Amino acid sequence: MNLRRIIALVKKDLKKTHREPAVLFLLIIFPIVLTIIFGFAFGGIGDGGTTSFDVGLFNLDATSQQADWSMAFVDNLTDSEVFVVHAYEDNATGQSALLQGNLDAFIVIPEGFGDSIVSYYESPIDPSSWTNTTIGLYVDSGSMMAVSAVPPLIQQVLMNTVFGSDAMTLSLPIEISSPALVESSTFSQWDFMAPGIFAFASIFLTMIVAQSMTYERDEGLLKRLRTTPVSSADYMVSQTLTYMIIASVQVALVLAASFAIGYRPATGPAGIAFTFVIALAFSLVAVGFGLIAASISKSAEVSTGVSFIFIMPQMFFGTFMPLGGATEVIAKFMPSKYLTDAVTTLFLRGAPITTPVIWTNLAIVAILGFLLVAVGIVLFERFGSR
Amino acid sequence: MSESAITITNLTKRFDDITAIDNLSLEIGWGELFGILGPNGAGKSTAVNILNTLLEPTKGSATVDGHDVVFDPESVREVIGVCPQEPAFYPHLTGRENITLMGDMHLVPKDVLESRVNSMVEKIGMEDHINRKAKEYSGGMIRRVSMLMALVNDPKIALLDEPTVAMDPKSRRVVWDYIRELRMQGKAIILTTHYMEEAQELCDRVAIIDEGKLIELGPPRDLMKTHQAKNLEEVFLKLTGKKLREDL
Repeated sequence: MNLRRIIALVKKDLKKTHREPAVLFLLIIFPIVLTIIFGFAFGGIGDGGTTSFDVGLFNLDATSQQADWSMAFVDNLTDSEVFVVHAYEDNATGQSALLQGNLDAFIVIPEGFGDSIVSYYESPIDPSSWTNTTIGLYVDSGSMMAVSAVPPLIQQVLMNTVFGSDAMTLSLPIEISSPALVESSTFSQWDFMAPGIFAFASIFLTMIVAQSMTYERDEGLLKRLRTTPVSSADYMVSQTLTYMIIASVQVALVLAASFAIGYRPATGPAGIAFTFVIALAFSLVAVGFGLIAASISKSAEVSTGVSFIFIMPQMFFGTFMPLGGATEVIAKFMPSKYLTDAVTTLFLRGAPITTPVIWTNLAIVAILGFLLVAVGIVLFERFGSR
Repeated sequence: MSESAITITNLTKRFDDITAIDNLSLEIGWGELFGILGPNGAGKSTAVNILNTLLEPTKGSATVDGHDVVFDPESVREVIGVCPQEPAFYPHLTGRENITLMGDMHLVPKDVLESRVNSMVEKIGMEDHINRKAKEYSGGMIRRVSMLMALVNDPKIALLDEPTVAMDPKSRRVVWDYIRELRMQGKAIILTTHYMEEAQELCDRVAIIDEGKLIELGPPRDLMKTHQAKNLEEVFLKLTGKKLREDL
């Protein structure tokens, strides 16, 4: 491999990105426009409004000797700016209201709720002596925001009830049926969508890679290069580097556009740096899929359609589209899902950079990226480059 | 430097049941401008593509500056400059950037590259257009840039596959002068062309091939004498036209 050749080829491809209006739009302008439009449409930006959730509540512990705890929990929920609490006298009526879309979530405080907390305080370091209970939490599965936001917010209120406002992520005898330990305040829908935008922007690299490779093949440019001393490794490394650079620019632009419209992710410089790293790893995935699409496409036009075979599933199952049930299972096979998950963990949940799950996500994306690039190179050399 | 610039020995290339090159043998010397002529589909471009390492022969061998095209293609690519039949260029790059890119591929020293590109551009009459994007060029301009892309590495051997197609007569004359200058520098040049007057004007020797077979070889003037023809086109038609008539 030769660095000068690689740099020359990278420059050639980067010039294409900013000189070809269609490529410039798809890779650079489109992510910015998408960020701004979605930010304004779903972020409540400009009117200062915040999102609240209608939550139904059925308290089965209201008459127990330790009812003060459940009352405190209800008070904390009511005092929260995020929840509008509606009391219900029975489970069926609350469930019905949820099904009809009148509620975002329905909470059932179990009998023994107060006893659980008391048992915790009697022996905080001996979980075996605790009286365990589970808060029933039912969330409107039709609301992406409710599914994503309500469980961690309820968890936060619970922690505040038990420990006060300095609540930390300690072990408790009370579980929520879908708990997640998250530090959160008020969210707009945009907060849940923003992490997916990073994957959404990079996904389209696949199409550009496929088009670029098939164009160079069809126009005889690959043949021309093959009559020079440039090696296949030089060429493939240059392609990969080019799209890694573009992916970095996309992350920077999406971040800048998000900041410009008032979005503030719950992470610091380390989290943002991590986002660049995982986006770079994801660009390998895009290059790999692009090479595979180019290998099986007869022309640049065909490659556009073929690349959507790889783009669409990732877009629907791995960005900001709501997932649940079967789609959750499908999403596990989408590299973009792991990028979105990692960025969500950092940007929405405010998890520290040391959180193992984001490194697991990075490892999965990177390994898939290298594998797909390797498969793409083999297929392109064998079927695509002639 | 090897004794011969190019040596082709019993070269055969088959594509499935079609024989594109049939037992071709040639030897081309340094400083020689060698024309390969033939009707469409005769095997001219196939021969060039074997010499430039894009194709591997089915049988026989070919060496370029002493390097075998099959066993040592990397060394072959170091010494050749290839102007393909279809002018492959990057439309979003300027003419200068296209030429410089090829210089970078050949690792031409940076300081040499810039002055060389300037000099080449001037010789070929492209000074006023070289910084425009290639997609804005006319067909003739693209051909000229394509040829400079092939020659920017100052190759010992130039393989020019129909370099003057679609050029106006004035541009063609400029290219002819440029090619003559290359020969004066001692380079070996293989030129394929459909323009017989071009071959007659430029080439030291020509090979006329048809259906992959060598049917005539020699200096244009000798061939005209042998075949009692006024020009090379008449020789060409005498040798290849019979087949055309049979087809008709």
